[in-house]
Amino acid sequence: MQLQQPSHRLPSENVMNEPLRYHQPDVRGHFGQHGGIYVAETLMPALDELRVEYEKAIADPDFMAEYRYELKHYVGRPSPVYHAKRWSEQLGGAQIYLKREDLNHTGAHKVNNTIGQALLARRMGKKRVIAETGAGQHGVASATVAARYGLECVVYMGAEDVARQSPNVYRMKLLGATVVPVSSGSKTLKDAMNEAMRDWVTNVDSTYYIIGTCAGPHPYPMLVRDFQCVIGEEAKVQMVDLVGRQPDAVIACVGGGSNAIGIFHPYVDVPGVRLIGVEAGGDGLDTGRHAAPLTAGAKPGVLHGNRTYLMQDEDGQIIETHSISAGLDYPGVGPEHSFLKDIGRAEYVAATDKEALQAFHDLCRFEGIIPALESSHALAYAARLAPTLPKDQVLLVNLSGRGDKDIPTIAKLDGIQL
Amino acid sequence: MSRIESTMQALAAQGRQALIPFITAGDPNPGVTVGLMHALVDGGADIIELGVPFSDPMADGPVIQRASERALAHRVSLRHVLAMTAEFRKTDSKTPVVLMGYANPVEAMGYETFAKAAVEAGVDGVLTVDLPPEEAEECAAILKTHGIDLIFLLAPTTPPSRLQAVQRLARGYVYYVSLKGVTGAAHLDVDSVAAKLLELRKYISLPIGVGFGIRDAETARRVAGVADAVVIGSRLVQEVEAGEDGLAERLNSFIKGVRSAMDTARA
Repeated sequence: MQLQQPSHRLPSENVMNEPLRYHQPDVRGHFGQHGGIYVAETLMPALDELRVEYEKAIADPDFMAEYRYELKHYVGRPSPVYHAKRWSEQLGGAQIYLKREDLNHTGAHKVNNTIGQALLARRMGKKRVIAETGAGQHGVASATVAARYGLECVVYMGAEDVARQSPNVYRMKLLGATVVPVSSGSKTLKDAMNEAMRDWVTNVDSTYYIIGTCAGPHPYPMLVRDFQCVIGEEAKVQMVDLVGRQPDAVIACVGGGSNAIGIFHPYVDVPGVRLIGVEAGGDGLDTGRHAAPLTAGAKPGVLHGNRTYLMQDEDGQIIETHSISAGLDYPGVGPEHSFLKDIGRAEYVAATDKEALQAFHDLCRFEGIIPALESSHALAYAARLAPTLPKDQVLLVNLSGRGDKDIPTIAKLDGIQL
Repeated sequence: MSRIESTMQALAAQGRQALIPFITAGDPNPGVTVGLMHALVDGGADIIELGVPFSDPMADGPVIQRASERALAHRVSLRHVLAMTAEFRKTDSKTPVVLMGYANPVEAMGYETFAKAAVEAGVDGVLTVDLPPEEAEECAAILKTHGIDLIFLLAPTTPPSRLQAVQRLARGYVYYVSLKGVTGAAHLDVDSVAAKLLELRKYISLPIGVGFGIRDAETARRVAGVADAVVIGSRLVQEVEAGEDGLAERLNSFIKGVRSAMDTARA
């Protein structure tokens, strides 16, 4: 299968030859009222340089050819779409298809982006890369490409996440990265991102910051999306091959939302395809212990370089979030998701820890696939939606990662000592 | 003319430079802040920068991060900082107060509501670290209407092309961040600061303050030889961190030492 350029430049599956109506962000990185560049002055020139280099890179056929080559031969793309027949039958409604990002090298969608950004870093002559990570998937994907291209790699990770994702911490170390536990604030993903920003502002000349999700200052939300759009671009071709049409709904989990934007974006201009983002409902939205700013109706605010819907108190302090899944445990969301909510193109819902765990176990038992806890949130909503729909409806769920890293967490919940 | 402008002009007329200490409001507890502000003025501070605590201080090093955490443990937020400024104003109508912090607490209050409350409290200037000129148009316009100066940062990395935008929106003074890094980082290099200031002054007509990395009277004296204002933050916050015993006196005597060194710079 031929991989295409990112869809906001060159819509590959624009079968009707309609002009692309959706074109975001604007030149300064705004998605409606969201996005933008909210960083300290020291970083402004670096972000401008990144934007210029990125524009040049994606217009350079050699860069795009190398990116596609790496995705094919190193990551193992295209990832298949798989009909989860037994689970669909069990649920007794719509047919569930899974986009198998869990089969990528490193076990999640994150590597699509880190390959692209590592190639950019190399093109810009940076010898050192830094990254923040929650569940550790982005940290592993960054450590992996750093090893692959011979770059020094430092990964910032909340101390709480270091404790609950120990297999991934060790994987990063095996790959030659330095993992720095962050003990400030809530000791999770947002604090890791603060610390990565501090590193970047100090070492901006030598260092490339690989942001792992579609958030942060412009151009990050745009370039992370573009590198992740390969997920949706492939799926659009694969769904036609498999069922002769596009799905009725595309479902993906949303923390920062990079896997979701990657599968949603190519579908934004396709009429009749519902886009459903599933946030982490934690203990339940009514308990306040969750990480679901879009579903809970949070106000917009400014954090980590962009304006977006944000979990905050009335004084504008960021609230500590809760999710069983470290990768979704984040108080904000990528600005493009906030925009898609505003314009009504995507729907956002939440699945609780408990629902996600149920879906995790069901996919293990009915399909022989161990999903990541993050992805299990998307599965949980699919399991809620499918029985309400007729059997000829098609749901495409982005299975964004595999669950090997979560096995210690699950075992602990089941009271098992590994 | 704003209180910041008149203060800067009066100093310039005397051939002196402004001394601008920074402390985090509510650190180590909300009860001490106003007293510390008066002690700083008594020691020779010309303008006070008052830090607004924020849960995610991305541009700050560990010292000011911990100050924010101590203040937030008492739930000190923007509205309390405004109340502290109003309290300070009861007995000091002369010394400008600049609130320094991050965009989100101001966003959460709303620019217009904030501007009105700030004027009422006697705030003179606002410096939001993560609100560069590109995103500051609306905020700048509203603050200007209410006579509050919006103060911008300049960095070693700032190219000339950005200086014009800063010159257009900035009021009061601009704050040159002397090094690439977070607050409380290593010592600054006075010679490279001097060279950079020459370049900045081609575009910036406002007084230029220099901060980040000024930890002692001698460095302050040398910076005062090239800049219009000297900002000292983390070094003072370290005094706060050392304990409440005799804190006002310690801050007062440290500032006195810096003041006298700066005033010998011109002699």
